Amino acid sequence: MPKIIRRERLVPNLHLIEVEAPDVARKSKPGQFIIIMPDEFGERIPLSIADWDVEKGTVTAVFLVIGTSTNKLSRLNAGDKVPVFVGPLGKESEIKKYGTVICAGGCFGIGAIYPVARALKEAGNKIIALMDVKANYLLYWEDKFRAISDEFYVSSRDSYYDCKDYIPTVLKNILKKGETIDRVVSIGCTYLMYTCAEATRAKKIDTVVSLNPIMVDGTGMCGACRLTVDGKTKFACVDGPDFDGHLVDWKELFSRRKSYFDDEIQSLCHWEGKNFP
Amino acid sequence: MTENKKTLSSEQKEELKIGFNLEWRKELRKAIPMKERMKIERQKMPERDPNVRNKDFLEVNCGLDAEAAVKEAQRCWDCANPQCVVGCPVGIDIPGFIKLIEKGDFEASARKLKETNSLPAICGRVCPQETQCEVVCSVGKATGIPVAIGNLERFAADYEREEGEVKLPKIPATTRHKVAVIGAGPSGLTVAGDLVKLGHQVTIFEALHVAGGVLVYGIPEFRLPNKTLQAEVAYLQDLGVELKTSFVVGMTASLDDLKVQGYEAFYIGSGAGLPSFMRIPGENLIGIYSANEYLTRVNLMNAYKFPEYDTPVFSGKRVAVMGGGNVAMDSVRIAKRMGAEMAAIVYRRSRTEMPARAEEVHHAEEEGIEFHFLTTPTRFIGDDNGCVKAMECLKMKLGEPDESGRRRPVPIEGSEFIMEIQMAVVAIGQSPNPLIPKTTPGLEVGKWGNIEVNWDTMETSMKGVYAGGDIIRGGATVILAMGDGKIAAREIHKYLGGLDKEF
Repeated sequence: MPKIIRRERLVPNLHLIEVEAPDVARKSKPGQFIIIMPDEFGERIPLSIADWDVEKGTVTAVFLVIGTSTNKLSRLNAGDKVPVFVGPLGKESEIKKYGTVICAGGCFGIGAIYPVARALKEAGNKIIALMDVKANYLLYWEDKFRAISDEFYVSSRDSYYDCKDYIPTVLKNILKKGETIDRVVSIGCTYLMYTCAEATRAKKIDTVVSLNPIMVDGTGMCGACRLTVDGKTKFACVDGPDFDGHLVDWKELFSRRKSYFDDEIQSLCHWEGKNFP
Repeated sequence: MTENKKTLSSEQKEELKIGFNLEWRKELRKAIPMKERMKIERQKMPERDPNVRNKDFLEVNCGLDAEAAVKEAQRCWDCANPQCVVGCPVGIDIPGFIKLIEKGDFEASARKLKETNSLPAICGRVCPQETQCEVVCSVGKATGIPVAIGNLERFAADYEREEGEVKLPKIPATTRHKVAVIGAGPSGLTVAGDLVKLGHQVTIFEALHVAGGVLVYGIPEFRLPNKTLQAEVAYLQDLGVELKTSFVVGMTASLDDLKVQGYEAFYIGSGAGLPSFMRIPGENLIGIYSANEYLTRVNLMNAYKFPEYDTPVFSGKRVAVMGGGNVAMDSVRIAKRMGAEMAAIVYRRSRTEMPARAEEVHHAEEEGIEFHFLTTPTRFIGDDNGCVKAMECLKMKLGEPDESGRRRPVPIEGSEFIMEIQMAVVAIGQSPNPLIPKTTPGLEVGKWGNIEVNWDTMETSMKGVYAGGDIIRGGATVILAMGDGKIAAREIHKYLGGLDKEF
């Protein structure tokens, strides 16, 4: 079973997990994801790959603690083993020289967008990194991002950083300034990605989003992660996770993501009741 | 896709003849006259009460006891020219194992089975014997009721595992040839079992975290307990098969990567993992599952034990399952067990065209499943939260036969009606999973995405790369997948320089 090398809390509710998985590390590309199970009772959780190290043979992901399985994951430590760590899954992000690319990340997406931004930088793009956090203390990997971006903005609701506007407003302000933006990549919660796509729609700037519908097997077998893109049903696990944000049926995605809302609460209550009576 | 008509090889015929002429077989044949044998009634498979079993996931069929098994074995005449063996896609020596049951040597019977079939407890449960070995049984032709070959196979395998001692066959010294088997489903397990017994080093790469393929994610506990399946997988591991789970060939490593790691021959048995949908409006509403997703949640992820297990699944009070195959039957019977008041099959043709096994349909009816024949949904209707609340259906009538020989359903105009549902499962079939074809340049695929093979050898367009099961067939049965595996194993052995006579 794959061994955890590191598990640490980056900021409240957001954790990093680094797992020994040399086969996965060797094949990982920006934009791909892995599936992990915290224990044999857990769900198969898809997580974007936030980094990898071929020499060390490890793969890193950042996750938000939200339901039972992620709660369990956040309680594992270095040396613990997980029954499932499989990948890399999904298509890699398209990396080319576009010109100026805005990388907009929030929440777990700050970790997930890092390898994409790094690869885009290496491909010769000018990188404008936009990080969105609810509060200053929720920002992580600032140094890593500053090292690979030409411009770095943080918008935080308590405005310690650059501004307190929600990120699409910041995005719009940048666009208004008149600089040519060739591409926008956005990874984070569905709402963040949706609003980013809306912000660029009028100006027709290519906007790539890394979608996160509910998944089970992650290899195209079950169809749980299906969504509508440009009027056609796609499976996020094999056709994505990257899609053109202007073509996604967002309403359907929002709705499908909430499919198991009540079950998730019931599961969490059950687990908490058992472990913290 | 064309298949060969099955015939026995001269070696197989020779072996059957040797078995037939064994002294103890001659004595057994003499012990009970044929007339007496014909008087014995087919032993009924004990089943659990439909109204009890439709609320749990325990096995429906309980298995024959020793007394009944011996009696059933006595019904077999031990023909000189057994047609059942020809009917079996893997060519099991059927009279051989049945006569060992009649003799009372149940463990030897299981070993006899395992000479050709590494997975007898599985085949005894899920094979459609009624269309393969039992349909050609001489006893059946004479009396109308064939020997219960499947039930006997299951008996011998269960006896060995539960009451007896599982003995490993002698395995020749290693040939040092490395073979990669992709997919731990029925065909992959068969290839692995056959090749490891010839001394090859076999590794199975499985994408999911449990071995079994469709046997674990698809077929529910009440038809094939996971414990039984895992015991047969463990047997293969005891024989020396290496199993790597959570390894997606095509993603974690390509075929070429595996070549670099020293694998010389490949068998692709990656299955039909691409669900088909009906492409009607509203199909992405909440509460509409592909059969693959529904079965995977329940069987592989144990969602029926939620919240003990973390993966949830809907348990609608009114559930419609579209389709008429075994997968549809499994899905609808699960929905009933999950507490549905109405669990219904909605099938566009009539009862006679249903591809499901008669036994499964019968069990489903006993358990209170409704059947809506000649009905097809035209759209799903959702509520304000995006959850399915109804579907509009159209009545059909049967027209001219189509290319499959079944009468084509034709819609009856103006026959629309609304069926209120809270959940739907689409079980109308699946196509081959594209992951490996997409990531393996040079591998030729057909128009359905199926890998093209030479049906005599199962070899693909790439030398040393073989394929079988649903990845070449699209959506077939466990035993056909295993039959492909047997042919491929024989050919891989030849390819690796093995001698013909060992088969």
